[in-house]
Amino acid sequence: MTKGTLCAALAVIAATTLTDGGALAQTAPDPNAVATPDATPAAAAAADNLTAVTFEGGRYLTADGVPTFKIAADGTMDWATYSGFRRYHSECHVCHGPEGEGSAYAPAIKNSAVRLSYYDFIAVVANGRTVVNAAQNQVMPTFGTNPNVMCYLDDIYTYLKARGSEALPRGRPSKKEPKPDAIRDAEAACLGL
Amino acid sequence: MNRIILLTTALSLGGALSVSANPALQALIDDPNQWVIQTGDYANQRYSELDQINTGNVADLQVAWTFSTGVLRGHEGSPLVVGDIMYVHSPFPNKVYALDLNDNGKIIWRYEPVQDPTVIPVMCCDTVNRGVAYADGKIFLHQADTTVVALDALTGAVVWSVKNGDPTKGETNTATVMPVKDKLIVGISGGEFGVRGSVTAYNIADGSLAWRGYSMGPDSDTLIDPVNTTHLGKPVGPDSGTNTWEGDQWKIGGGTTWGWYSYDPELNLIYYGSGNPSTWNPSQRPGDNRWSMTIWARDADTGVAKWVYQMTPHDEWDFDGVNEMVLTEQQIGGVDRKLLTHFDRNGFGYTLDRVTGELLVAQKYDPQVNWASEVVMDPASDQYGRPQVVAAYSTQQNGEDVNSTGICPAALGSKDQQPSAYSPKTQLHYVPTNHVCMDYEPFRVSYTAGQPYVGATLAMYPAPDSHGGMGNFIAWDAKEGKIKWSLPEQFSVWSGALATAGDVVFYGTLEGYLKAVDANTGAELYRFKTPSGIIGNVMTYGHGGKQYVAVYSGVGGWAGIGLAAGLTNPNDGLGAVGGYAALSDYTALGGTLTVFALPD
Repeated sequence: MTKGTLCAALAVIAATTLTDGGALAQTAPDPNAVATPDATPAAAAAADNLTAVTFEGGRYLTADGVPTFKIAADGTMDWATYSGFRRYHSECHVCHGPEGEGSAYAPAIKNSAVRLSYYDFIAVVANGRTVVNAAQNQVMPTFGTNPNVMCYLDDIYTYLKARGSEALPRGRPSKKEPKPDAIRDAEAACLGL
Repeated sequence: MNRIILLTTALSLGGALSVSANPALQALIDDPNQWVIQTGDYANQRYSELDQINTGNVADLQVAWTFSTGVLRGHEGSPLVVGDIMYVHSPFPNKVYALDLNDNGKIIWRYEPVQDPTVIPVMCCDTVNRGVAYADGKIFLHQADTTVVALDALTGAVVWSVKNGDPTKGETNTATVMPVKDKLIVGISGGEFGVRGSVTAYNIADGSLAWRGYSMGPDSDTLIDPVNTTHLGKPVGPDSGTNTWEGDQWKIGGGTTWGWYSYDPELNLIYYGSGNPSTWNPSQRPGDNRWSMTIWARDADTGVAKWVYQMTPHDEWDFDGVNEMVLTEQQIGGVDRKLLTHFDRNGFGYTLDRVTGELLVAQKYDPQVNWASEVVMDPASDQYGRPQVVAAYSTQQNGEDVNSTGICPAALGSKDQQPSAYSPKTQLHYVPTNHVCMDYEPFRVSYTAGQPYVGATLAMYPAPDSHGGMGNFIAWDAKEGKIKWSLPEQFSVWSGALATAGDVVFYGTLEGYLKAVDANTGAELYRFKTPSGIIGNVMTYGHGGKQYVAVYSGVGGWAGIGLAAGLTNPNDGLGAVGGYAALSDYTALGGTLTVFALPD
């Protein structure tokens, strides 16, 4: 099951033509909407994009093989989610605000991570998005060439999903699992170290 | 050796090309009815001789008229008034309006540049612009995409335009420009993108480049004379812009120049500060990283540096040194001195002799500042002029991947670019400040041109064990280095202040209040809630025998990032969110100019 890796996702993007403000922007749901859990267990199971089912390559995956967080009862979180916290606040927070809460001019991306599919989320980050018109000028840059983002994108995605689902409160995460060797190796390979 | 000879040649050439002062512009600056450059005057005092509005009647102030810019993002800077025309600007897309003050603000002309929107996300922290400047019949606008354009002040027609930087490398602009004599002084932004900062002088007549001085690099780039340029009274020596860097890191070294500029016509020196070194991870750039975080004095004609003073060697906290340099004449120890006072992001208020660069005062202007115990003032010490870093708050000493907690101030500084005011009558500086602390965890990042180059994670929160608010508005005695009075504010004070001969000091708040306080006591005399949070600077002008006070509202900028959602306090533990006010509970976006006057 390698479906959930970033490489696979990028392959999907390569096969997709995403125009500025295209299909993703047209749906334009309320960027400030808070994710609400599905009512029925069946629906929850079908739509569960959050629950960790397997552990592979140093990170947790959902039943669909999409990266996700795992936070224990005592607050201990997986390494990737913690790493995502750090990388988010280096690369993303100057627009999207602390802890994904949004700013005066960029949406609360913690909600986008829950609302968008994994592949759509990756596509927006890699390709960027432009909404420029009389009312607003929002431009998400293309991060596809930025190793500080792309090598940690699964981490950032998991962190934001944990935030958007309120599994992780605001503030600095305190307890974390040790860094898995698989993640260490993947990081070195991605950064070309 | 060749380098020194070349520099000497450049010096003599520059001397031959120098021209006399710009008396027409100086006369406009000296006329209190006008406001022709963003800083009000060359000294950056933001002081007006107008006194029609004074402590006795300011409580009667009313809104005279308003104007919407039609733009939502953060509105910094202020309008200008030149004769009967007011010039209003906006953030990206950087619109400029000329309004007829004789005809109820009717729009005489408007200018809106066509800019590639991909510049927007390259601008750290919102698409603000700190305004236009006037000289020689032209309005000068430095656009987000670093295009500097000269517009005919009467028609808005483009006279010339020049590109100062390359946005695809992260070079952008947020600052205003300063006309000096026959030149226009222009800075650059992009410290979070590994941009190497520079100051450029363009000839006002045609936009041709006169000189450019970088913040780091070889002496031929920095326009530093190894023998005659001094740091705290001593020659800096050769290659000072590269020899405190490891390898080629200086080429992406930061030290950008997006703050304010001041000028002393007698000394013919321009003053400004350079920003943080890139990256925010100090372990990736060993050394003092000269000349980031530095106060510069450069010759206006040649750009050659007369003196420099590095406030924060080897920055570990993102304490950009770009804040304004306020030039005053005051007595210290019974002797008249030409002073320069600077409220740095690092929390120290510095007073220097602006002729020589001698350090006279360096004291904390927020008692919460803790990252350094003091700045050493003993010239005999090998630590002279250096802040004494407290190990617990040193993100370098604690190392990569370690979270240093409780550092005061936060990266946005005890004060950011929002300019202070100074009244020669009270001899006090009026300073809008932040009262915010942080946790800071640096880690390794790699450089990609045009991409963020940060390398640290920050968490910010209101200064602990204080009044709970995130700002203060203070009066500061620069001779003593002491706070005279301090007004607590719920949010950071992010607007530029104005002092007047009527002994009234004005400033704006992030909730949107324009406030007037007594220059002597700080007592509040008036407040009015404008349509949005104020991050613009208060200005005043006279027209038809009446004094007006004007300010932009339109929340955004750095304040729109950190404060929009509210800050968390890590001391409260996880889950205690919402203990502090969110700015979004008080204000929403939208750019409006509000003009105040006394009733007829």
